[in-house]
Amino acid sequence: MVAENSTQPISVTLRVWRQAGPAAPGKFVDYPATNVSPHMSFLELLDVVNDGLTLKGEEPIAFAHDCREGICGTCSCTINGKPHGPGHGVATCQIYMRAFSDGDVIIVEPFRARAFPLVKDLVVDRSAFDQIIQAGGFISVRTGAAPDANSIPVPKGDADLAMDAAACIGCGACVAACKNASAMLFVAAKVSQLGLLPQGQPERDSRVLAMVGTMDALGFGNCTNQYECSAACPKAISHDFIARMNRDYLKASVRASFKPAASSATGGA
Amino acid sequence: MAQLDSRIPAGPLAEKWRRHKTEIKLVNPANKRKYEIIVVGAGLAGASAAATLAELGYKVKSFVFHDSPRRAHSIAAQGGINAAKNYQNDGDSVHRLFYDTLKGGDYRSREANVHRLAEVSVNIIDQCVAQGVPFAREYGGLLANRSFGGAQVSRTFYARGQTGQQLLLGAYSALSRMIGAGGVEMHTNSEMLDLVVIDGHAKGIVVRNLLTGAIETYAADAVILATGGYGNVFNLSTYARGSNVTASWRAYKRGACFANPCYTQIHPTCIPVSGDYQSKLTLMSESLRNDGRIWAPKKKEDAKKDPNSIPEADRDYYLERMYPSFGNLAPRDIASRAAKRVCDEGRGVGETGLGVYLDFADAIKRLGEAGVRERYGNLFDIYHEITAESAYQVPMRIFPAVHYTMGGLWVDYNLMSNVPGLFVLGEANFSDHGANRLGASALMQGLADGYFVIPYTIGDYLAGQKPGSRPSVDAPEFKAAAENIRGMTERFLQIKGKEPVSHYHKRLGKILWEHCGMARTRATLTEALKLIPALREEFWANVKVPGSADTLNQSLEQAGRVADFLELGELLCLDALTREESCGGHFREEYQYPDGECKRDDVNFAHVAAWEFQGAGKAPLRNIEPLNYEFTKMSVRNYK
Amino acid sequence: MNLAGRIFGSSIGRKVIMAITGVILTGFVIGHLVGNLQIFAEPDHINGYGAFLHQLGPLLWVARIVLIASAVLHIWAATVLTMENHAARDVKYGVKHTLRATLSSRLMRVSGVVVLAFLIYHLAHFTLGFTQAATFKESLPLYTLGTDFKVAGFITVRAGTPTFDVYNMVVLGFQKPVVSLFYIIAVGLLSLHLLHGADSMFQTMGWRSEKWAGGLRKIVVLFCLVYFVGNLAIPGAVLLGKLQPHEPARAAATR
Repeated sequence: MVAENSTQPISVTLRVWRQAGPAAPGKFVDYPATNVSPHMSFLELLDVVNDGLTLKGEEPIAFAHDCREGICGTCSCTINGKPHGPGHGVATCQIYMRAFSDGDVIIVEPFRARAFPLVKDLVVDRSAFDQIIQAGGFISVRTGAAPDANSIPVPKGDADLAMDAAACIGCGACVAACKNASAMLFVAAKVSQLGLLPQGQPERDSRVLAMVGTMDALGFGNCTNQYECSAACPKAISHDFIARMNRDYLKASVRASFKPAASSATGGA
Repeated sequence: MAQLDSRIPAGPLAEKWRRHKTEIKLVNPANKRKYEIIVVGAGLAGASAAATLAELGYKVKSFVFHDSPRRAHSIAAQGGINAAKNYQNDGDSVHRLFYDTLKGGDYRSREANVHRLAEVSVNIIDQCVAQGVPFAREYGGLLANRSFGGAQVSRTFYARGQTGQQLLLGAYSALSRMIGAGGVEMHTNSEMLDLVVIDGHAKGIVVRNLLTGAIETYAADAVILATGGYGNVFNLSTYARGSNVTASWRAYKRGACFANPCYTQIHPTCIPVSGDYQSKLTLMSESLRNDGRIWAPKKKEDAKKDPNSIPEADRDYYLERMYPSFGNLAPRDIASRAAKRVCDEGRGVGETGLGVYLDFADAIKRLGEAGVRERYGNLFDIYHEITAESAYQVPMRIFPAVHYTMGGLWVDYNLMSNVPGLFVLGEANFSDHGANRLGASALMQGLADGYFVIPYTIGDYLAGQKPGSRPSVDAPEFKAAAENIRGMTERFLQIKGKEPVSHYHKRLGKILWEHCGMARTRATLTEALKLIPALREEFWANVKVPGSADTLNQSLEQAGRVADFLELGELLCLDALTREESCGGHFREEYQYPDGECKRDDVNFAHVAAWEFQGAGKAPLRNIEPLNYEFTKMSVRNYK
Repeated sequence: MNLAGRIFGSSIGRKVIMAITGVILTGFVIGHLVGNLQIFAEPDHINGYGAFLHQLGPLLWVARIVLIASAVLHIWAATVLTMENHAARDVKYGVKHTLRATLSSRLMRVSGVVVLAFLIYHLAHFTLGFTQAATFKESLPLYTLGTDFKVAGFITVRAGTPTFDVYNMVVLGFQKPVVSLFYIIAVGLLSLHLLHGADSMFQTMGWRSEKWAGGLRKIVVLFCLVYFVGNLAIPGAVLLGKLQPHEPARAAATR
């Protein structure tokens, strides 16, 4: 690593996964980059490399990005074998070149999981996450039907813990880091956020059952409690939430099997 | 000449919205499912609108260019959302929020709209809490508040430094619920490239599927644009890289008026630029100004010194000096201009001389480092990541950056543009912030429009449209629009010039920042109006767009967006040139008081300038909607 | 879906199966070790213990069935989960770094398979007598218990009862270094397996949190260490000559 305040430019080689489409064969291609300012962000380096490729008449590297401040969850590179690259609690867009040394070969790959099929180069399709949320990652409240906000007090500790879980940006680094491509941290974060709040209680059981069921059906792997997910998470979301979800799932499974069901008739003239 | 009927309801200010809701036409519940509504964009405004309309029973199609509806740039809003809850018992009220917002907008917004915004602000907080948004709480379990610029009460609700994220995820969860329930058909990776207008009504859109390149057409009974602001016309801004004006701009070219494009907000507290490779400016939340003190050296020769070595007596806490009652919490436009003035005087700090200090030394003395860390830890971390400096030890360096655009497509009180059936919500419209937006008001407006305004007002339009009268995508207008887009795409690929798209975007941004940034003059604007068309011509002759049209092609996407920026930039300068006054985010150096404050001209410019497209190569038409202040007296904005 | 469907059909359910069967099997290996450590006392102890277990009759079979079922379910769940996990990442990374996964967690599959292989061998060796038939308990002269064998104060096997000579079988068996070595490697891997397994069980059941994860880890490490040392002690003592076959004179001459 370059000294923190060094402004000496460095030279690196990007070894990037190139793949024209889902069915096309992929391979690593080397792109040398010289005179790189350590204050440049990693994605800005990709911009510069891409402009160079464009001028040479080659197709630029497709990579997902948007906000470039670590909150939208769009960027998704595995850099030197680590989702979102070196650094702790940051996304790819928050990696600066000062994290690398002169002469480094930087290996850039997409997030890899069967549930995240590759689109092109470094871009993958993470719509599976949306499907999991659609299965139950919400509180069913119609617009306009809400009571006054302060009529539902929430203990500060619970609210803060819910916020810890809610910080998830839906980037998929947890899946990318897990040796089993498991989505447990993502699902657990949402299940826990809503399960910790009083507003989330009515659907607590149905939510965890539906979300876990969808997660399983989408082809994510299983949790082996190695906690690679939370280590890679750009928001450092704790795997404690996975334990919480496991407990919720078990309880909900038992309750769903033994609780008497109400007849669903809706009468009225 | 466009008909600009604001359709502001009659009656006392506080009664207008209530009365309007009872008087506008409704669509009966059984008929709602017969109407299809297209919603473009899924930020706060778009997602909340799509979810709510689907809950009401309308068939909704939602389109985003992102890979998921959770990515829109609303997610990056840090500080908070205003609401007139008066939970702090500090004298807040709907009227006070209304007044602050109106005054903050330098009396260039519509009274009735702003009042409605203040009224529904309280419902937004209720709605979001019920959805499970984890707002900050006090130990008793009730909601906490903080204060923000331009207000003397604590009315800002927040979720750490990620309020926008939490509100967006709330709206996204509501939207997801309706997608799961079949009420919303979601189209991700779909960029709107044209509006289809049939018999004068907006009846559909043309989109490009960004993954396959397919040009697709969709018909509907009404079209809602919630596509955000156009700040990326400056290239460097706090916007997401993908944020663009294309949807709004293409609607403009189909007849929708573009109002007040010159009202651009420059946020005072961003991390300064470090090099020409830079793609993005990062905001440091305005909430930092609650505890941080902004200063610059009094003497030019101190500008390059270690800030900690500059004695107290040689520091100029210029905001506290100039605006003693608001101090560091002066509104954004004022704080930004003050920073610019200091730097123009040669007292700017950092390598480029374009920066001032935001100092937490006093806050650390008062609260301890741990106290400061608890409040702002994540922001200090962001600062450290980007600059490799610790703001606990040396003051942050900050400089203003483009952050928000108050201008946008013109809409009436129902949020409908002058093209019937085309509605515009959130930052994409022009209506509520006037010439300057106060902090924590953007989230409020986006959600107000989506959750609480459009669900009522769209019925007024749809009730006049026969169910089932929606045209088919086989109509010639759809075919022609799709053909036009295919042609444009082909044209980009055929230019095969010598410069990448980014080259033109950078140059355009530089022109705008220098000629139409924090301060504008007749001369700079006239100059820009020569430079931009020339640049545009060069772009169309010399841009290089690699790859093909039938696959994911990010250069092609960017080319379309920059092409639109190159047109918008010109309109922005034209609007700035013709608005011969200073107000809010629009500062014309010719029009200022001796102390450097904005000099408004309420006699000649108390109006909305709504520009109407007249065809390629022709000067656009400047329509006027007068701003009638029935209840408030326009006064000189004073934060001293 | 019913409860069985949710438990057997879901990822979390299968992990719970792993956890619960793991607890049962862990309980067994602890009991097994405690029983075996009686070898360090007079032969009367372990031989009396053996006779006591045989005396349990149907209860012994219940225990055996529970253990076999647990082992089968544990292996089934592991196999199914592993296959799904492999399928979940169809294209591998060119380069992939481990961020924090412990060695024991990464060796679960290897340790599990070796332990299974060892288990089969161990049963063949000491329970069924397929290997080292000459020193199998049924081949050795019967042993006459010198003292009463008591469990919780109650006499369960009276002095003078002829029993299998478990003591000599174990000692003679471990006198072969290859056998001992395999045993030591296997219990080493089993301890490693338990290290991640026991910790993991708390996470899967939802009882673990960062607040006490450090303490839990220490307890688990200590437990696995004690377990390993305890198991190491028997072949170790035999190889070092500390444990010798007892005098044949004290064994019954005939069977």
